[in-house]
Amino acid sequence: MNELVFFINNVVISGSVSGSIYAIGAVGVTLIFSIMRFAHFAHADVMTFGAFMVLLLTTAFPAAGASIGVPTALLMLPLAMLLTAGLAVGIDKLFYKPLRAHGVKPIVLVIASLGVTLILQGLIRLFSGTGGQSLYVDDRKEIFRLALPFEGVRAPIVVTEPQIYLFVITIVAVVALHLFLNRSRLGKAMRAMSDNPELAQASGINTNTIVAVTWMIAGALAAIAGTLLSLDVTFKPDLSFFLLLPIFAAAIVGGVGHPYGAIAGGFVVGFAETLAVFNWNILLRPFQDSFPSWLELPSNLAFVGTEYKIVVPFFILVAILVWRPTGLFKGKVIS
Amino acid sequence: MSSTTRPLIEANDVHGGYGGMNILNGVNMTLEADEVGVIVGPNGAGKSTMLKAIFGLLHVNQGEILLNGQPIHNLPPNQLVQRGMGFIPQEKNVFPSLSVQENLEMGAFLKPHNVKRMLAQVYEFFPPLYEKRRQPAGELSGGQRQMVAMGRALMAEPSLLLLDEPTAGLSPLYMNEIFDRVKQINAAGVGILMVEQNAKQALAIADKGFVLAAGQNRFTDTGAALLADPDVAKSFLGG
Repeated sequence: MNELVFFINNVVISGSVSGSIYAIGAVGVTLIFSIMRFAHFAHADVMTFGAFMVLLLTTAFPAAGASIGVPTALLMLPLAMLLTAGLAVGIDKLFYKPLRAHGVKPIVLVIASLGVTLILQGLIRLFSGTGGQSLYVDDRKEIFRLALPFEGVRAPIVVTEPQIYLFVITIVAVVALHLFLNRSRLGKAMRAMSDNPELAQASGINTNTIVAVTWMIAGALAAIAGTLLSLDVTFKPDLSFFLLLPIFAAAIVGGVGHPYGAIAGGFVVGFAETLAVFNWNILLRPFQDSFPSWLELPSNLAFVGTEYKIVVPFFILVAILVWRPTGLFKGKVIS
Repeated sequence: MSSTTRPLIEANDVHGGYGGMNILNGVNMTLEADEVGVIVGPNGAGKSTMLKAIFGLLHVNQGEILLNGQPIHNLPPNQLVQRGMGFIPQEKNVFPSLSVQENLEMGAFLKPHNVKRMLAQVYEFFPPLYEKRRQPAGELSGGQRQMVAMGRALMAEPSLLLLDEPTAGLSPLYMNEIFDRVKQINAAGVGILMVEQNAKQALAIADKGFVLAAGQNRFTDTGAALLADPDVAKSFLGG
């Protein structure tokens, strides 16, 4: 039983945490792709920017959350979402829109987004410094230990306060996105434009409005994902380095242009990462007696070492592109 | 000059094309508000190109296009929809992953308060669409897709409907159904301008016919007169 608790703590909870973050990031990537048909490589930096906005606001008003009993960083999240949505729309106006107006190929936009990556990383570093900083400036990170009511179980299930907020906010964000895409006039127009941009225009849908709305949603979601990650660990200006590959892997695994696919893909990648670095020896050890005597279990049975966690999404990406190029859900093929 | 006396659509000496190459070399057209106009002609004559020029999908380099006396050439399509124009492209004329009803709702995007009333009207006009309203439009047959496309355009209550080869690839049964529907829509007060490959059947329901060749008008007359003209028959209607 103790081994099972260890598994829940190290795989189920930690996989759900990274899965949620990747899912929210990947939805942004997939929405941008389905409307503008290019891979937005600066998205992970938009996520970092969102977290950085929360850090700035939290540092400015460290005690604001105490009055209503939530971490200040969480109180500042809606404002940071607004600012990040504004940044995303601004980036589009400044860099991508003029290129689109010239009718350039998607690859030109991809390269431009790499340029935006460098700009954002430089800007964030300029103001934040290069070190890590906790978003819990004035608050204390609560840790909940849930002891299981079984005999002989000593280890509790451990969940931290930011992880609980993360699960709740992820569910709210996914439900809100679902309702927006399926119930609202603008959301349906967004799906229509993703399906057939010429016909959307011929129906009187203002495609500029849809583009702006897409950036706002992608930016706001990016702020959520970046902040939740920084709450769970710490804010670092190079967070995007650890986010870029997983969120693109998630978007492609799920089927590019498919928001629900991106959510599924996010969890696939998140769990694959944690399962790959999990030491399976711990789960198998109780059964050591029933193995033949010549089979000695090595003390470390992880597929890859923790330091190589970052390569896991890359392998998933390659596997998906080889065996199922359109992703789990039938998505578009990136050209 | 009062706009009420002006024709619904008027094209004078329209030149235009893609990327500097002109496909239209001086097309003239006039259509009154209650008329059906049909554009026929050989492949590459600029039939669909003319329709796209009217709907703002193509740059007009020379000449003018007037809607109710107002110049509209080179206005973006969403403004033309606002002014009462509807366009049904030949291919990719539905949103495949959206349900039939969502497809129709997109047609009324600029008039959201009309959605309920117009949905009821379109379902009454195309009863099969009501039964399939929750199905993705991409799963429908070609004829049913054409109905979705027409329904979507009607949702905006257009005064002029542009159709690009509405019967292309349809069985003769569906072809007659589509022509009947076009006549009914016209009888309800909507001006129709369509490009057709099935020239004889289309000219039979046309008030005005425009035979284009090499981006210019070759013959312009009533549908009946064009059908009766031996020259037109010999060169464009296959004898």
